[in-house]
Amino acid sequence: MITFEQVTKSYDQRGTPALDGFSFSAEAGEFVFLVGPSGSGKSTVIRLVLREEVPTRGRITVAGTHTARMPSWKVPYLRRGIGTVFQDFRLLPNKNVFDNVAFALHVIGKSRAAISTLVPDVLETVGLEGKQRRYPHELSGGEQQRVAIARAVVNKPGILLADEPTGNLDPATSQDIMDVITRINSFGTTVLMATHDASIVNRMGKRVIELAGGVMVRDEVGGYLQEGAKR
Amino acid sequence: MKFSFLMSEVFSGLRRNISLIVSVVLVTFVSLMFVGAAALLQMQIGGMKDYWYDKVQVAVFLCPADSEAPTCSEGEASDEQKAQIEAALNSPDLADYVEEVHFEDRATAHRLFQEQFEGTSLEGTVPEDQMQESYRVGLVDAEQYGIIKEYFSATPGVEEVVDQNRLLDQLFRVLNIATAVAVGIAVIMLVCAVVLIATTIRLSAFTRRRETGIMRLVGASNLFIQLPFVLEGVLAAALGGLLSGIVLGAGVHFGVTGWLQPRMAGVSLVGLGDVALVTPGLILVGIVMAGVSSALTLRRYMKV
Repeated sequence: MITFEQVTKSYDQRGTPALDGFSFSAEAGEFVFLVGPSGSGKSTVIRLVLREEVPTRGRITVAGTHTARMPSWKVPYLRRGIGTVFQDFRLLPNKNVFDNVAFALHVIGKSRAAISTLVPDVLETVGLEGKQRRYPHELSGGEQQRVAIARAVVNKPGILLADEPTGNLDPATSQDIMDVITRINSFGTTVLMATHDASIVNRMGKRVIELAGGVMVRDEVGGYLQEGAKR
Repeated sequence: MKFSFLMSEVFSGLRRNISLIVSVVLVTFVSLMFVGAAALLQMQIGGMKDYWYDKVQVAVFLCPADSEAPTCSEGEASDEQKAQIEAALNSPDLADYVEEVHFEDRATAHRLFQEQFEGTSLEGTVPEDQMQESYRVGLVDAEQYGIIKEYFSATPGVEEVVDQNRLLDQLFRVLNIATAVAVGIAVIMLVCAVVLIATTIRLSAFTRRRETGIMRLVGASNLFIQLPFVLEGVLAAALGGLLSGIVLGAGVHFGVTGWLQPRMAGVSLVGLGDVALVTPGLILVGIVMAGVSSALTLRRYMKV
């Protein structure tokens, strides 16, 4: 589903690259944690998958497409197959829960009929039934992140990218969010999640790829992250 | 792409940026008004040229009974003098310059006078026997007027040779200067409008960067993301164009048709029909200007 082959990304030509000769492959339906301190290149990986950046060297294939060779007008179509969740939720404050999720469908031209069935379905999946008319400021952090996840997966993408999705949440709420993400993964969606949260990584027992200074230092299934690892 | 969703995005953008949008409307309105005024002035000149240049260009006025001109010492031009003048006009000497000649007798001159001043205080003030006979000469090249004037300067029976175009050319010169001034102001104002539209679109894109960021993330196409911004500018500019058309229409209706026309009888001035012809053009100029400037702005400031 996602393949990086010897990928190097330098944001400026003289400095050290943000990602240096990184290779990995995630199969369809796999769950992969990306761990490592700040500046280790986790977010760069996410941005490269989203094709917000193109690699300086190396080759990235997402859902069978060589992203660097893709013409820019095709990029939106690549992104329709990828859901993305961030630490800061990124909801629209002037739209209610339903409209925030529906927004993602409106802008890709889905019909009103499709929207009226897809949105309640996905809100149920993330456990927000009955809160459709609430506005983001009326929701807790965990609920806001559920809305963001609902928006990311409402179009049933093959890939879910999560960049520190529990970074702003307390441990109990974080676990709820992980349960939601796990449920989405169980439907067959490939999940690539960057995180610092050792307790989550250790509890889940999934594949862990650790980056340090843009280089992969570890890739193992059932991996761990040392508690109190530096951010 | 869903039209209703697109339009709701456009109107929410218009609402959020209302003060800037109003300034875009006003600046395009004023700039397009000058464009329209220039166009109307040129239509006026064109209309007058069509009307007058088709008509006789040089009038060879014959001596009336009481003329004091030295060539009229024998009193009113005699039939013999007329025959000589007509022969001279048709002679090989002038064949290269003269295209056509016809005689205008008093009755025709009177009728034309009555037509020209119909409905004004001058109508009926000059009896037919006071009208002057003339030969109306069409020239091959209107600029060669001097040759005719020279040729008949000492011909008995000719009181005066008048180049009617010369009088008109003065007027045309004034109108052309007015056009140049209007175009100059219009160009400056249009530059202001373009810069203002670009700034407005940038600001609008900035205030909505959260929405556009999410749109990009969920795979909205560039066209879908950018179209609302372009349409905002285009709608504002089109409204400015429409306003300029309305104000020009009012100006022409009250100023030209209502005030100037009665004072310039015999000259056909621009009317509301001409404004109706110009207005769609003004709106189109506004739309194209706004569309191009906002599309260029977005290409620079809103990358995928």
